[in-house]
Amino acid sequence: MKKGKKLLENSYLILVLLFLYAPILMLTALSFNASRSRVRFTGFSLRWYREMLSDPAVLLALRNTLLIALGSALFATLLGTMAAIALRSMRKLSRNLVLGITNVPMLNADIVTGISLMLCFIAFRISLGFQTILISHITLNLPYVILSVLPKLKKSSNVSFEAALDLGAGPVYAFFRVVLPDIMPGVLSGFLLAFTMSLDDFIITHFTRGAGINTISTLVYSELRRGIKPSMYALSTMIFAVVFLVLLFVNFAPAWFSGKEEKK
Amino acid sequence: MKSKRMKLLALPYLVWMVGFIVIPLLLVCFYGFTDQSGSFTLENIAEILVRENYRPLCLALLLSAVSTAICFLAAFPLALILRSRKIGRGSFAAFLFILPMWMNSLLRILAWQTLLERKGVLNGILTALHLPGQRLINTPYAIILGMVYDFLPFMILPIYNTLSKIDDNTINAAYDLGASIPTTIFRVILPLSVPGIVSGVTMVFVPALTTFAISDILGGGKIFLIGNVIEQEFVLNSNWNLGSALSMVLMLFIILSMALLSRYDSGEGAMF
Repeated sequence: MKKGKKLLENSYLILVLLFLYAPILMLTALSFNASRSRVRFTGFSLRWYREMLSDPAVLLALRNTLLIALGSALFATLLGTMAAIALRSMRKLSRNLVLGITNVPMLNADIVTGISLMLCFIAFRISLGFQTILISHITLNLPYVILSVLPKLKKSSNVSFEAALDLGAGPVYAFFRVVLPDIMPGVLSGFLLAFTMSLDDFIITHFTRGAGINTISTLVYSELRRGIKPSMYALSTMIFAVVFLVLLFVNFAPAWFSGKEEKK
Repeated sequence: MKSKRMKLLALPYLVWMVGFIVIPLLLVCFYGFTDQSGSFTLENIAEILVRENYRPLCLALLLSAVSTAICFLAAFPLALILRSRKIGRGSFAAFLFILPMWMNSLLRILAWQTLLERKGVLNGILTALHLPGQRLINTPYAIILGMVYDFLPFMILPIYNTLSKIDDNTINAAYDLGASIPTTIFRVILPLSVPGIVSGVTMVFVPALTTFAISDILGGGKIFLIGNVIEQEFVLNSNWNLGSALSMVLMLFIILSMALLSRYDSGEGAMF
């Protein structure tokens, strides 16, 4: 009876894992296939990887994606952390108002956020392109940064900051030496969250990019509508490998370095 | 004095917030309530009553509700099992179930397109087994499959987070008092995991309701959801007024569903 239950549970876990990963593994297998066939594996080859890496459109899209993700995450982290610190000294009413509006891009449908930003850029006569994608991604990232920094700020009390001021530290010095180390984990996780949000975004980019500039997402979208090229499999395999390694590192590296420290 | 200087730190963000959150949304409302010449009209809003517009909306509501239900039915037992195995947050096993969340969603759609296409992998296997090929792609089922695949991790994460916070003693108390396993699950664990379920449902339902990429690619451009209609009004037809009006209707449905859900949610979501 108990054994049967365990078997049932295990098979369920495996079933869900298969559902989640079988499609990705299939893409990986096809990316190494020598022929275009989707059914028969005709031999191992790196042909599609070569094709992908010699395609300037792919390389340009990769560059844009990384630049926008990095730039928007950095800027959002700076602006968001500043805002989170200031929010603490605001009155309750205005703080709740600001927080309410801050949540909008996170809760609202991406398609509406994308459209509203597009209308705004056109109304302000900002020509659509790299800069508008960057602005949109910063807007999308800000709530994630603020919501990861705020809880850390709540935990670190104002007292140590004021003590530093009383002991003669300037506010800037006190901030960098006292407050920032306290909230650093929140700032870092906000940055990483923002970075991945930006990497993953398709819908908002789709509406704010204008013609002639692609990120990986929009490039894949236009390729998919035209029919799949096997080099797309190579691209997705590569991206999956990078995401897997980065997340593995972020999640487990601290534990590895500090020895086998188990969860409390 | 000091707190005044602190407040100045918020200034750049406040300017950004007004410029890129408030004004854009006001612009959507402006376009939604005006015609091409800029004078006030309710005609664009009324367009939702036209068959070509309300059918995609109803279909989107139906498909996203079904997908959300499937995601919940799949994620809840999974989270229960992970909990009972004492698979902690931050363990590798938990990591594996959350990881696909960070995969580019279009690449995941690409995988299903490859599987389901007329000459795709599944039909290839069927032919190799001398079975008749099936029409898999361009059906509502393909879209539901795509939605479930795309958004399942967003249901797993919050439910798993709340479940792993439930105290073992609460559950053991239920067993000690003679409750059976199903009773414990439905009367103790399920009510305690409501905040996680609420954020999971929001994180699946809203993107599923408003998607246009999944329906466009797995529906072969033949099955229209409200997201596709809005996207076409902006990108193809350049009718911003109608597109904005339909977006407002869509927002109304999002607000309604959130208001409905927030009645069950006492505290903050379980994302963070």
